[in-house]
Amino acid sequence: MTRSLLNRSLPAIGLVAFLLAWEAAPLLGLAQRSLVPLPSELPAAFLREVKSGIWQTSVWLSLSHYTMGLFVGAGAGVGLGIVTGMSGVAEGLLAWVNRVLRPIPGLAWVPFAIIWFGVNQSGAVFIISVGVFWIVYFATHGAIRSVDRDLIEVAKAFGFASAPERLIKVLLPAATPGILVGLRTALGQAWMAVVAAELFGVTGLGSRMMQASSLLATDIVVVYMLTMAALYGLMDALFMFAQGRLLQWKP
Amino acid sequence: MEAVTKLDPVIDIRGLALSFEQNGQRTDVLRGLDLAVEQGEFIALVGASGVGKSTLLRVLMGLAAPTAGTVQVHPDPAAERPMALVFQDARLLPWRRVWSNVAFGLEKTSLNKAERRKRAMQALSVVGLADLAERWPWQLSGGQRQRVSLARALAVRPSILLMDEPFSALDVATREGLQDELIRVWRQMGKTIVFVTHDIDEAIYLADRIVALGGKPGEVKAVRTVDQPRPRKRGSIAMQDLAALVKADISAEGAPQRDDWVI
Ligand SMILES: Nc1ncnc2c1ncn2[C@@H]1O[C@H](COP(=O)(O)OP(=O)(O)OP(=O)(O)O)[C@@H](O)[C@H]1O
Ligand SMILES: [Mg+2]
Repeated sequence: MTRSLLNRSLPAIGLVAFLLAWEAAPLLGLAQRSLVPLPSELPAAFLREVKSGIWQTSVWLSLSHYTMGLFVGAGAGVGLGIVTGMSGVAEGLLAWVNRVLRPIPGLAWVPFAIIWFGVNQSGAVFIISVGVFWIVYFATHGAIRSVDRDLIEVAKAFGFASAPERLIKVLLPAATPGILVGLRTALGQAWMAVVAAELFGVTGLGSRMMQASSLLATDIVVVYMLTMAALYGLMDALFMFAQGRLLQWKP
Repeated sequence: MEAVTKLDPVIDIRGLALSFEQNGQRTDVLRGLDLAVEQGEFIALVGASGVGKSTLLRVLMGLAAPTAGTVQVHPDPAAERPMALVFQDARLLPWRRVWSNVAFGLEKTSLNKAERRKRAMQALSVVGLADLAERWPWQLSGGQRQRVSLARALAVRPSILLMDEPFSALDVATREGLQDELIRVWRQMGKTIVFVTHDIDEAIYLADRIVALGGKPGEVKAVRTVDQPRPRKRGSIAMQDLAALVKADISAEGAPQRDDWVI
């Protein structure tokens, strides 16, 4: 009992220790005072940002880029993954195209995002979805491909012979765990893409961080770093909850 | 009615051959197999491991295509589903609860969800598992899984029921109970059943005719008619004599070759 209590409080103890060490570092001469904001300064910086309304706007904009990018990228990834997972022809056609496009990092698309969409929301959404797409696409393709053939036979034996029936009755439910693994990775990856997408000027958390850092307002930079971490944590928790519901059937 | 249907076998297999191609190597599994099954007949299919019994059921089910020969199936058009197969391994869908696994095939019929559930529960009671309806497949024992798989096939009330060693994982009492239950369902619904088993006593207890597969590639070695009125008595002298004959049918070709399996 006491052991499990201790185990459960370990993360909190770790966090407190981390913050104390951080606060103490400049005092002990381990870091230069002007380069590192102290944890104790952060609440004030945070309140300033909230009061001016910048924090809310940035969070709102970034969240909308994030969700739209995630939605578009994951949607396309799942869709195409299903198609190439089910059809050898589609897989063959796209094999080389995939190989060429896949290694291109999301940031490399920034020039095209600007040319195609301009420095605006659509451009940001595009960059985020590119990052998300590949992760989800490969996860889905692999998950669909590795569905137990025996189960597909069961569907056939009970009269579900067409491709859509096969998809709904067996492939999708069987592939769900694999697809969710990809989605969860994408959930984290998408935040990195948000920063990347906003660094080139679209308003949001990323652009606010850039502004602050050019003014050496490190406390504000850290406020937004933590904001992002908190948002990610929230998303991940929501995702895990949804996943728990979806995968109830797993032992 | 009997006379009319007798003319037209429900299952008519002629010159069936099937081979697998693997890495350029051909394995002939079945060759020159002929078999006719009458409407309402209970056929037991016996034969050494690897002789091609499961393969034959898969062909009948349309899951594997013959290399040569013809396979005609004429299920009763009035039946809800033409055929159902109880796989040798249970093959439950892990993301569905037990009752939903049993209702799976019913989703191809016009029944609504409540009716499907009701039907699934009926089928589960037949196999004695109604109280496990809400469980997930991984929470079942091997024998329970096998029975759920049996219920899944019974639930669709097929005209032809193909069963691949459906009782192999069960204890004697459960097995004998289910054998009687199967006979009851069979007589009540007028189904045609093809039942694969390694248990010769089971074949004799259940079947009208016992078809022994043998040889490599496999073909029909012998067909024995079980001339015993039902309900049958287990282990009667007549049955023991028949068992000896069937045993001889199966082992006529000797034990399966060592190189029977690929790799
Ligand atoms: N997909 C496959 N590819 C190649 N060979 C196969 C395949 N499936 C089955 N076989 C071979 O076909 C033969 C017949 O297999 P089958 O499963 O029909 O045997 P069985 O009579 O049902 O045996 P058991 O009593 O052990 O279940 C076996 O020798 C097996 O090795
Ligand atoms: Mg078999």
